[in-house]
Amino acid sequence: MLKTVGAVLRRLALAFGLVLAVLALNFTLIHAAPGDPAQVIAGEMGGADEAAMASIRKAYGLDRPLPEQFFTYIGRSLQGDLGQSYLYNKPVSELILDRLGPTILLVLTALLGAIVLGTLLGVLASRRPDSIFSGAVTVFSLIGYAMPVFWTGILLVILFGKVWPIMPIAGMRDVRMMGAGALANALDVLHHLVLPAVTLGLIYLAQYSRLARASMLEVLGSDYIRTARAKGLGDGAVTFKHALRNALIPIVTIAGLQFGNLISGAVLVETVFSWPGLGTLALDAILGRDYPTLLGVLTFSALLVIVANLLTDLSYRWIDPRLRGR
Amino acid sequence: MTQIQRRRLLQAGAAFGAGPLAGWSLEAMAQAARGGVLVVGTTQRPRHLNSAVQSGIATMMPAAQLFASPLQVDAQWKPKPYLAESFELSHDNRSVKLVLRAGAVFHDGRPITAEDLKFSIETIRDHHPFRTMYGPVNAVTIENERTAVVRLSEPHPAVLLAMSTSLTPIIPKHIFGDGTDPKIHPRNANPVGSGPFRLVEFKPGEVTVMERFDRFFLKDLPRLDRIIIKEYKDPSSLLLAFEKGEVDVHSLLTDAREIERVKKVPGAQVISEGGRAIGPLVWLAFNTKSPKLADKRVRQAISFALDRKMILEQLLGGVNKAATGPISAASPFYSAEVEKYAHNLAKATQLLDAAGLKPGANGVRLALEVDGIPGSSDFKMLQEYTKPALAKVGIDVSVRLSPDFPTWARRVSTGQFEMTFDTVWNWGDPVIGVHRTWLSSNIRPGVIWSNTQGYSNPKVDELLAAAGKEMNLAKRKALYKDVQKIVVDDCPVAFLYETSSTTGFRPNVANPPRGVWGLIDSMNEVGVGKA
Repeated sequence: MLKTVGAVLRRLALAFGLVLAVLALNFTLIHAAPGDPAQVIAGEMGGADEAAMASIRKAYGLDRPLPEQFFTYIGRSLQGDLGQSYLYNKPVSELILDRLGPTILLVLTALLGAIVLGTLLGVLASRRPDSIFSGAVTVFSLIGYAMPVFWTGILLVILFGKVWPIMPIAGMRDVRMMGAGALANALDVLHHLVLPAVTLGLIYLAQYSRLARASMLEVLGSDYIRTARAKGLGDGAVTFKHALRNALIPIVTIAGLQFGNLISGAVLVETVFSWPGLGTLALDAILGRDYPTLLGVLTFSALLVIVANLLTDLSYRWIDPRLRGR
Repeated sequence: MTQIQRRRLLQAGAAFGAGPLAGWSLEAMAQAARGGVLVVGTTQRPRHLNSAVQSGIATMMPAAQLFASPLQVDAQWKPKPYLAESFELSHDNRSVKLVLRAGAVFHDGRPITAEDLKFSIETIRDHHPFRTMYGPVNAVTIENERTAVVRLSEPHPAVLLAMSTSLTPIIPKHIFGDGTDPKIHPRNANPVGSGPFRLVEFKPGEVTVMERFDRFFLKDLPRLDRIIIKEYKDPSSLLLAFEKGEVDVHSLLTDAREIERVKKVPGAQVISEGGRAIGPLVWLAFNTKSPKLADKRVRQAISFALDRKMILEQLLGGVNKAATGPISAASPFYSAEVEKYAHNLAKATQLLDAAGLKPGANGVRLALEVDGIPGSSDFKMLQEYTKPALAKVGIDVSVRLSPDFPTWARRVSTGQFEMTFDTVWNWGDPVIGVHRTWLSSNIRPGVIWSNTQGYSNPKVDELLAAAGKEMNLAKRKALYKDVQKIVVDDCPVAFLYETSSTTGFRPNVANPPRGVWGLIDSMNEVGVGKA
């Protein structure tokens, strides 16, 4: 137990240093890119004269020397203040919190669906690796993996928005339904979730079914499985109780990494489906040179990666008892 | 509605003279009553909702619903009362007296007073990007609770137009007058308004929801219960949403194929005359400070070498109208008496010869680089078109793409370009949107959409200065006529076309906006029936 606490604390300390480094690197990289946020704001205003541009720069502290901006930024970030967005004129933390829910909903639905379904497909395929079913899973996975996600998205939009219009194609709620009950609203969000989650899930699904299949094949060939069979255990018990648990380690590793990549994974899908999540926020921030929002999203996603890795590490201990003492 | 009902309604319409209602779809006319929800689809994202300190259609469309302006302009560009029940321009044209309606209140119930009017106009003068709009305003004096006088340092012919639509929203002093810089005021995203609709929800990037304000100062208006502006990241999703009926209004159709698809929706209304005050011109701008383009004969030659008919018909699908000069064709100050630069390669060659640019051994007289605002497929196409088009007269064009808007804006506003495709908008009166491009005093490095061509002609400066304070319409027209003639002849830009600002409405929308400001004016009269 003590060892576990020590390991967690050590990782937390490392994580803090990592966050600081990420903050500094992000700030430097973004400010090294050419382009002036005041130009963008002026552009969105339909043109502005020097006085207006100067007052925009002053209002957002862009007229201060860069080192000063840097230290102000680091200081504020450590206190949890991510600054004020140039584009939205709102606190960045508020924007991120606003967009976090939809992204988590989308990514978790896609990811969990893909993990469960993908693993199941992979496991079933591994039991008869040369069967037609196994071949079909492989082909399906490869197609799912090879299709660019925006392409899948557009195809689904055309199919379910135009040819067979049964699905909403943009946003996460029907704006005409405002004032309806909580249940109706929840169902509406789920209805909107289907296409983006399927689009995103298809990519993940391919990875998990391939991974589960390969991993299971490896485990099923090992000695202790033969022992288990020799003991007279049934096929189901061998596959799901003995083999799957060991085959899960690489799956959990990948899931952790992918959870960390939450935002980058969802940018394209969110854009295709106008899903109001962090991905579209980041994209708008890049195009609009909205430094505070972009820095906020990057810092936040770095935090997510760090936390996801921490959780992955801890979950190994749960899956593999041998690691618990380390 | 059955066929017979439809016919009866048609007959009834004919009997009562349906002229003024022309354009309403029959279903909509029959069924539209008070109430209903209008969903407007857009691809534009507003920064916030306070149009006193922010221009651009994304902000102005919702702001025109949330705020009332003192005046409105009718389809003939004539000012008429709105929040101000009367207005009076003094004989010497140095002041405008405005009397606000009795009983008008903000959305929080506080009365709208002359103090608020003064505060709003001063805020706009000091913080709106269009400095010329209220530049001549010296002071706003208050006569009583409802009466204020706007005092001008010189006659200002655009002052009444500037008081219309979301160019002059009346904002509450008790909210915005707390000393915070109004450009970054936190309430810009959550304002208390003075207009027909109050804000319910604002989620930039997703949706803006507005609801009828029951204490609005005009009786029985607005007709709608709610206006919802929904943002789409992707133009094709927006189009599909329109076809499916997810949205009632497609706020901006610029592509010929899009317009064709909208027309295929049974009963859809496609309106292109709304918003003609905005006047978005597209041109190929020349850097007149570049030694290669300093000679106006070279610029004229390029203009003659561009085949506008081909650009408008073949490349852009016949949606846009040709632009002939710096003032939009819909403006009362437009003059067609200018050189039209009809496609003429012989003349172009002649001009290049006269400018001393002889073809080299490889047939090339001159090499130029062409930029364009990034993100627009039309502009990219135009950039590519110039290469073969100018090759015919011995000009070797290379296309330069900018990765994003700020990069392009920096290049163009600091003179680091030779030619660029650009779009600049008229914004109603030449004083607001036209002067800025041609005045030599407005060559401002680093400021996009100033005189980035580096164009300087003392005669044009003089004419614009005179037109900027001429109150007599006929005299003012004459001054702008000369400006247009000279600018087109000097050719600091090759004028190409005026972007279509076509809007699509589903059949259930009654009385869609057709005014000079189009969708950026209040939608008090718009109604919806059953689709």
